[in-house]
Amino acid sequence: MSKKVTDETVSAQKLMDELYRYKKGSVTRRHFLGVTGLGVASAVMATAMPGLKPRSAHAAISGKVSLCTWPNYHNQANFDQFTKDTGVPVQVTIFGSNEEMLAKLQAGGTGWDVFVPTNYTISTYVKLGLIDPLDLSRLPNFDASTNDARFTGEGTVDGTVYAVPKDWGTTGYAVNTKTVSEDMTTWKQFWDLTQSKYSGKVTVHDYQLTTIGNALKYFGYSFNSIDPKELADAEKLLIAVKPHLFAITSDYQPAMRNGDAVMAMCWTGDGVQLSRDLPEIKYVIGKEGGEIWTDFFAIPKDAPNKDAAYALIDFLETPAVNAKEVEAHGYPPTDSRVTSLLPETMTKNPILYPAADLLTNLEFGAAATLTDPARAELIARFKSA
Amino acid sequence: MSGGTLDLKAAAPLGEGLAPAASRKTNRSLWVTALLVSPAATMFLFLLVVPLIIVLIFSFGERADAGGYAPAFSFENYLNLGARSKAFTNTLILAPLATLLTAVFAYPMAYFLAIKCSPQWRITLLILVIVPFWTSQLLRYYAWIMILGSKGIPAYLELIGIEGVRIINTPWSVLIGAVYGFLPIMVLPIYVSLERLDKRLLEAAEDLGATPIRSFLQVTLPLSLPGVATGSMLTFILLMGDFILPAFLGGGKVFFIGNALVDLFLQSRNWPFGSAVAMTLVLIMFVTVYIYMRVVLGKAGSRNPATV
Repeated sequence: MSKKVTDETVSAQKLMDELYRYKKGSVTRRHFLGVTGLGVASAVMATAMPGLKPRSAHAAISGKVSLCTWPNYHNQANFDQFTKDTGVPVQVTIFGSNEEMLAKLQAGGTGWDVFVPTNYTISTYVKLGLIDPLDLSRLPNFDASTNDARFTGEGTVDGTVYAVPKDWGTTGYAVNTKTVSEDMTTWKQFWDLTQSKYSGKVTVHDYQLTTIGNALKYFGYSFNSIDPKELADAEKLLIAVKPHLFAITSDYQPAMRNGDAVMAMCWTGDGVQLSRDLPEIKYVIGKEGGEIWTDFFAIPKDAPNKDAAYALIDFLETPAVNAKEVEAHGYPPTDSRVTSLLPETMTKNPILYPAADLLTNLEFGAAATLTDPARAELIARFKSA
Repeated sequence: MSGGTLDLKAAAPLGEGLAPAASRKTNRSLWVTALLVSPAATMFLFLLVVPLIIVLIFSFGERADAGGYAPAFSFENYLNLGARSKAFTNTLILAPLATLLTAVFAYPMAYFLAIKCSPQWRITLLILVIVPFWTSQLLRYYAWIMILGSKGIPAYLELIGIEGVRIINTPWSVLIGAVYGFLPIMVLPIYVSLERLDKRLLEAAEDLGATPIRSFLQVTLPLSLPGVATGSMLTFILLMGDFILPAFLGGGKVFFIGNALVDLFLQSRNWPFGSAVAMTLVLIMFVTVYIYMRVVLGKAGSRNPATV
């Protein structure tokens, strides 16, 4: 309806009437700008005349900031706030895998200012010279001392900080308990039942690290193995399982929501989001182990707007802001200042904060898995089989 | 470009006395031709020929340690093509089949629009054919995921007693998606060739005692073949390189060459092998399209109106 109003030409009389209404305080500024079309006009002019932009909280940042991140991973209200504070719009690109991010950065010319790599990839980015060391003095809102060292370690390579942590999580599987009556606790159950009772109703990630890693767990091998014999076993299992899968996809929420799938390899936040809407969906961490991970913020070496990149990371590391992020995406923060701001429904949620004994067997992804040609070819053979 | 060449030939046989003027004119028309062709030629050179050469060079290289390309000269990538044989066979079965199905669905539709439909409705109906293009392809495929998913058509089939049907993430869902997605691309060229059809030929066929079926098979169909060929080529070419359709409606289980390429470049970052697969795809397409055009257009050409 408001769109219809702004589309009409505003007569001089109407403009004056509205101006008086605004001055008297009987309408809001937003209404006034909308009705008279001045809001649109000044927004258009602002792009041409930087002086008209809202004043920046960070010294003189301008242009736009481009963020490359994961699906369902931020709170739009925070981006709106950042743009309001700084005048810099946030442009978001969504990615499906760390491999894909690396491929784009290797190819060059991404235009990204900030991206969100997972722990095991950072050393490779440093080795390839694709990311900048971070100047922590430009991130005053980030406090290394309140971040759990278990999650922040891999952001530092050879004593230099290249990335600051965003949040952490686990990789388990979601189960629709309306259909799945078994008490699901292990990866062995997951793979066995996929090939029998729940054939055609299970999804796995379109992602080498987790799909191969969790197949390795079936045999009790390390999640990160690159041993040829162990990988051969995992491949045999995956090829046998493939005809029984509903899909190979990292976008499994739709299938779980509409009932096409009853089990799905799943990350913490998706588990939180699914169980929030459908309480019958439970999240299981395999007893044998699996993945625990941390996602970081980093700045590519060829980032076009590094000032804005620092401003955005600093903004998102602000505890109050990050708490709003966590409430939206459902992944636990690494920063204890943020945890203390979260509602009890989140801090007591076992999907976000699993029991300590479940965490002991989990492994962080290893750098070798990212570039290992054998794992890359294995997942490709599995998918094209 | 052919327009320019024709122009030159036409200018050549002008009278002797006009020679200077004619050569000036030829010069100028050469310049005009060059000017008009240069944007497209530049595009072709930098966006097709140069990238193709780069891909060709890459295809003889080897994967760098962290992925990407490292210079080398080996045929190993080509010898390893068998590792993607399933993707090639999937694509080479499903793409032609989907093209054929699309043509079968599109022909009656185009025939109706061009010949049976009353002119006052024609424009409206033609616009309706294109309407799906107004929405993003991704959104339309998401809608099909819902329609073909277990709460969609299979749920209705269950109501009438047919149970356990699965459509989504099978080759069938990819075929349905292809027919839906490429129908407008097929309908329009066929419509154009049918619409231009000289109706007097049909009257003549009738006068000479041909039954409607016979005049359709011997007059209408051959004359509309160029449209069918164009539509089929467009559909076939787009399908051969598609990766979104199989990824969405095939759920990662129906794997096309396009999906293999996406994975090779973005996931395993084996650019040389990806380049070899891409070159092979280009070669297959070139040969198939060449043979197809020769056969279909040759056939249609032999029945041009002058000889019928």
